[in-house]
Amino acid sequence: MLHLILFLGFGAACVAGAVNLLAQRHPINSALSLVVVMGALAGEYLLLGAEFVGAVQVIVYAGAIMVLFVFVIMLLNAGEEELTKGSRVALLFGVPGLVAGSLLVAWVLLHSNTGEVAVGALPGPPKAIARLLFHDFLLPFEVTSVLVLIAIIGAVVLAARPEPPQAKRES
Amino acid sequence: MTPHLHLWLIPVLPLIGAAINGFLGKKFSRPAVVSVALAFCGAAFAMALWIAAQFSSLPIPVLETFAPWLRAGSLHVDFAFYLDQLSLVMILVVTGVGFLIHIYSVGYMWEEGGFYRFFSYLNLFMFFMLTLVLAGNYLVMFIGWEGVGLASYLLIGFWFTKDSAASAGKKAFIVNRIGDFGFLIGLFLMIKHFGSLDFGQVFSSAASLPVETAGAGLLTSIGLLLMVGACGKSAQIPLYVWLPDAMEGPTPVSALIHAATMVTAGVYMVARSHVIFERAPIAMMVVSVIGTLTALFAATIGICQTDIKKVLAYSTVSQLGYMFMACGVGAFSMGIFHLMTHAFFKGLLFLAAGSVIHAVGGEQDMRKMGGLRSKIPWTFWTMTAATFAIAGFPPFAGFFSKDAILFQAFVSPYGSWLYWFIGVFTAFLTSFYMFRQWFMTFFGEYRGQEHPEEHVAPAGAAASHGHGGIHESPRVMLVPLVILAVLAVVGGWIGSERFGKFLSPAVGQVPSVAASESPAASLQASEEHVSEGLLTSVSILAAVLGFGLAWLLYHQRPQLPQEIAAALGGFYRAVANKYYVDQLYAILFVNPLIEGSRDILWHGVDQGVIDAAVNDSAEGAEHVSDSVRHMQSGNLRSYAGWVALGAAVAIAYMIWTGAR
Amino acid sequence: MVPLYYYLALSGILFACGVAGFLIKRNLITIFLSIELMLNGVNLSFVAFAAHWHQLSGQVFVFFVMVVAAAEAAVGLAIIISVFRTRQTLNVDQINLLKL
Repeated sequence: MLHLILFLGFGAACVAGAVNLLAQRHPINSALSLVVVMGALAGEYLLLGAEFVGAVQVIVYAGAIMVLFVFVIMLLNAGEEELTKGSRVALLFGVPGLVAGSLLVAWVLLHSNTGEVAVGALPGPPKAIARLLFHDFLLPFEVTSVLVLIAIIGAVVLAARPEPPQAKRES
Repeated sequence: MTPHLHLWLIPVLPLIGAAINGFLGKKFSRPAVVSVALAFCGAAFAMALWIAAQFSSLPIPVLETFAPWLRAGSLHVDFAFYLDQLSLVMILVVTGVGFLIHIYSVGYMWEEGGFYRFFSYLNLFMFFMLTLVLAGNYLVMFIGWEGVGLASYLLIGFWFTKDSAASAGKKAFIVNRIGDFGFLIGLFLMIKHFGSLDFGQVFSSAASLPVETAGAGLLTSIGLLLMVGACGKSAQIPLYVWLPDAMEGPTPVSALIHAATMVTAGVYMVARSHVIFERAPIAMMVVSVIGTLTALFAATIGICQTDIKKVLAYSTVSQLGYMFMACGVGAFSMGIFHLMTHAFFKGLLFLAAGSVIHAVGGEQDMRKMGGLRSKIPWTFWTMTAATFAIAGFPPFAGFFSKDAILFQAFVSPYGSWLYWFIGVFTAFLTSFYMFRQWFMTFFGEYRGQEHPEEHVAPAGAAASHGHGGIHESPRVMLVPLVILAVLAVVGGWIGSERFGKFLSPAVGQVPSVAASESPAASLQASEEHVSEGLLTSVSILAAVLGFGLAWLLYHQRPQLPQEIAAALGGFYRAVANKYYVDQLYAILFVNPLIEGSRDILWHGVDQGVIDAAVNDSAEGAEHVSDSVRHMQSGNLRSYAGWVALGAAVAIAYMIWTGAR
Repeated sequence: MVPLYYYLALSGILFACGVAGFLIKRNLITIFLSIELMLNGVNLSFVAFAAHWHQLSGQVFVFFVMVVAAAEAAVGLAIIISVFRTRQTLNVDQINLLKL
């Protein structure tokens, strides 16, 4: 019972944050809504017993990546989004498509008999995860570390300021 | 033991001349071109004479195979040349008259452009014609047949920048092709039923078949189809329309091709195929009917023509009709006899007409001539000889041959008095229009322009060379005229009986002789002698009457022809307009073909289907890319949309196929 | 006890919102945020299935997703900064030179 209530609470927060992300016009509001979503998601992970994942979610995702986003938004200071007229095609296909898609998914889910998940069903202590990470998934681990290295270098190069003898440049 | 005569040399020598002049002649000087052309043509003539000299000692017939050609299943065709009495006569006529005309052309064409081209074409024509008459099988004959048509086209349209000349060349070639189509089908029938095109095999197979008196059979079909080809080549009804237009070519061309040699190819072919015709009475009848009708028809047109060459053109058609009449009644050798004498006097008539035209500075309308006999005496006397010959006055050449034809038409089992009667009437008309031409050209007052060299010549016939007044032609043109005039006088003196006997191994006996060799005929023999004399007198009378009428209308009372023409009104106009046959053909055949070509084949098929297929597929590609290009708009959100759509489709597909 | 498909439904909703934002929004950064939202929804799905089938590798995979998301966010934001420097706008409709 409690499990269900907690699930629904966190779930509502997720959905509200997601919808707010769509509804807001200024990107900073959308970014902050996304932080809310990530926080709520961390809660969901804990309900499922994935304690390490939940912690990492908060620390890395919400704490580093979203901070990066907020930094960039504040750096560029682009302002609110303009309201231009929407595409009629998107409306024509999008809305019915969306409704149909959701109905389909809902129907599939309601008719599936997947069984229930208990609270803390699968504990994920750091030790167990580390064992997997450095044993079975060693290669992907090393590759992703290279990937991060590349991303760092790429970001530095891409965002570097152009050569000084340029006229007015926005800071 | 068969001596090696190297018959193939006779056609090939002019071919070499044609090649040399054709490829290199542009750089040669005129004398060089002339030497090449005359040397090779003369060499062919010399060879023909050499063969004639030893003819009696040769094992006739001689068949020489030059090279193998076709081996198609059971059909064997080689490049083979065949010498017998018939081909000997033909090569002598072709090379002899041809050589004389070559000499004449030197003078006639001296101031024309394209000099080397003319002589190259003339030699080329000689090559094809000699191939035709020396051929040992129908296929080699067909090479020559087509080739002379080609040479005719090239030479008629010699002044190709002139529209009428180019059209006349086309007309000649196309009408000839219609005839050739019939000829080809005849050849196909021969291949199918006799398995060969070789003269020896075809004729022996045909000889084993019975005479088709009951109705049309294989031999009748072959004969009729061959006759279609002959009608095209020898300008008989209904395919004669190209010959008058062919007068657009230079006069030596008219003399050589359209009088002496090419148009006689049809007669030669029918005579060569006499074995087939003799067994197909219906075909024989068709041949003689066509020949007789054409003779009469062309003669009636000839009496109203005003162009000096057109008169001679229709006269040629008419005389060819006589030759076919002879073949049709079974007197093949008489047809060849008339072919030979006709080559002499008609060739002479054309060459002399060319000399007249040259003298008056290019004018061809007889109404603008007159009184020329004192000014161009050599031309006058040679043309006189030819005119008397064609009219059939004894002792000139034409009398013997024409009279022989008329006699055979009367007595032959294939002939009838009707053919004879029409033939005599046509002889009267022939005499009339030839003397009409004679009087109009040479007698009376000169009705042309005062200084003819200023006259703009219609066909560039050696028009302006700056020497004043009406003058005689140079000697190089006169010598052939004189030689031909001598031949026109003495050419018939060999006599029809001796000639017929000479040719009989090749073309069979004439009907009168064949009849007289049967036992029941001895009673008729004496009657025939009597009627032969009577018939001959009638034909001489017809010739004299023609002369008299022409003398009356064109010498004594020159204003009478106008009055008669006016009195006859529409009938006269119809004849003067050649019975509107050209217009009729235009309505029936030419215009529908042109319109059909233009509307159906050009607009419909070429533009509508072929071009449209290409253009429409290109346009289709354009339309497709036009609509597809919107996918790459640069609009990131549409790209995002496509990505999402693609992902959705991929996932749906994976779910559908149950992928794990 | 929460049925599995509740988690899946939540994950689906998050993902759908992410796609919607990706297609609808005009600001370049907001589009990126939607991409992050999508990735989060997928993470939830991974963890839920890991719990259902008692396989820890589901949770490990979440790590990898996060790493990739981080790398992608870094590079993407760097690109956004350069684009902004050149075009002075973050309106995605005006960044339309990606064509022939």
